[in-house]
Amino acid sequence: MNQPEPTIILDDVSYRYPRSKRYALRHLNLAVSRGEFVAVLGENGAGKSTFCQTLNGVIPQTRGGRMRGRVIVSGWDTQQATVAELAQRVGIVLEDPETQIFTTSVLNEVAFGPENLGVPPQEILHRARWALEAVGLNGYEDYAPTALSGGQKQRLAIAAALTMHPAVLVLDEATSQLDPMGTVEVFSVVRELNKQYGLTIVMATNKGEQVAQFCDRVLVLHEGELIARGTPREIFADTELLERVMIRAPQVSQLATYLEERGVHLTDFPITPDEARRGIIHSIRGSH
Amino acid sequence: MNNNEIAIAVENLEYVYEPQGLRANKGISLTVRRGEFVGIVGHNGAGKTTLLKNLVGLLLPTGGRVAVDGLDTRQTTVAELATRIGFVMQNPDQQLFAATVEEEIAFGPRNLGLAEEEITERVQAAIALTGLDALRQEFPPALAKGDRAKVIIASVLAMQPDIFVFDEPTTGQDYKGCHQIMQIARQLHREGRTVLVVTHDMALIAEYTERTIVLCQGEILLDDTTAAVFAQPENLQRAQVTPPQITQLAQALPRELGLPACALTVEQLGQPIVERVRTNQALDLTMPLR
Repeated sequence: MNQPEPTIILDDVSYRYPRSKRYALRHLNLAVSRGEFVAVLGENGAGKSTFCQTLNGVIPQTRGGRMRGRVIVSGWDTQQATVAELAQRVGIVLEDPETQIFTTSVLNEVAFGPENLGVPPQEILHRARWALEAVGLNGYEDYAPTALSGGQKQRLAIAAALTMHPAVLVLDEATSQLDPMGTVEVFSVVRELNKQYGLTIVMATNKGEQVAQFCDRVLVLHEGELIARGTPREIFADTELLERVMIRAPQVSQLATYLEERGVHLTDFPITPDEARRGIIHSIRGSH
Repeated sequence: MNNNEIAIAVENLEYVYEPQGLRANKGISLTVRRGEFVGIVGHNGAGKTTLLKNLVGLLLPTGGRVAVDGLDTRQTTVAELATRIGFVMQNPDQQLFAATVEEEIAFGPRNLGLAEEEITERVQAAIALTGLDALRQEFPPALAKGDRAKVIIASVLAMQPDIFVFDEPTTGQDYKGCHQIMQIARQLHREGRTVLVVTHDMALIAEYTERTIVLCQGEILLDDTTAAVFAQPENLQRAQVTPPQITQLAQALPRELGLPACALTVEQLGQPIVERVRTNQALDLTMPLR
């Protein structure tokens, strides 16, 4: 069987910012398949945002600096295609929705991208309706973006990216300013888009509990290097890794590690509350 | 209660933002005693930041009364209040402005008209508590996010207020940064200061604070010990607040296992599990082989 070409390929990518001697990214090699939901974890300063910006060509094209190796997204080399061309393949959602949202109505916000591509008005409206529906903001067309809650604003930013029909959606700490409900709101919408449309997702985040619940795969960046990759379960069970890098495992995984260190072994390493509940019941009732 | 013991007294606080007429605080009453460590939680828009700004005098009540150290905020200048109650804002970049870390921290005490010696002493103490020694000559905006937040905390520390108010100090911080900031708050509390922290991070609230106030649509929904607050999942849901995962797990375990129904930290649930499993193993060993 023919393996389909991965949607994202990083081939020995290193990067340093202008006037910086330090490499922000070092020798990254990676392939992400179409339809994967990948989380990027790491401490502040590990290179998560830098990595995100290599995917839409902003690095190195806008930020300058020196890049080695190649990034291929949806078949396009990010150093050959223009940032405008790449914007049609890669949507990006940033940490602070206020830095991204700028028009006066929800409908204008989502129409802005395709308008700039010269898409015919009927088609723009069609895409806008679809995108707002997909993020659960249908009915909000005439609202001022400023009147939306934090979670709604981030969903609007996602919808604005969707009207470009991207292959990849990149979210850079897009839930860090949101309350717990807003966080789950954004993760759920992104997971739904991922399942429904096969959209490939790359999400830099610090929220381990949601990563365990929603993501397929985890990449761990540390000082610009990709030091671990695996399923959420493999990553959160890796005590050596978690000692080296301060990333936040779900509390139920922290509990399993705490128990393990004291000689209590749960049959399956839990990453969700349900799994932990079953494991604890089993280990206490045991043979009784 | 002796009046001296009361750090903050809020009576029926109303705050309306004009011209929209948005009622952000609707009749809030609370008393914070000296030396308490209080968490304030609630959904986005619940009125948390409005409450804090009323405490430090940046907003003045449109109804009711706020007193800090017995001083009515409407009759006291913000400058006077600033020596008693320190405010660490959510976004450090809205607060930073000096050319070096040292100058940033010295700015407040200098404006109090203190002697140069006293200023140096205060800057030194603030730098020591926040661990900023190596960065004292750096340009604050160029620092990493965690360090920028620490500079702001240090600049508030140098004012040596008795009451500290932190507005979402951990937003955008990584795991290490969150705990470093909460450790500073804990240290202040141990020294006898009064500390109020607003955050969405329920695991941090559970681990560090003694008392938790839950705001919901401008009103206080719950105000009790942190353990008692997180033991009320239905009420919390009304306020759109999710207890920490470990607390939810403890609540979801069958009671006949003999484990505590309320756990605020991993250890509080982990330790009893270890004990239960060990007791069972000991029982197994004493049972005759079949």
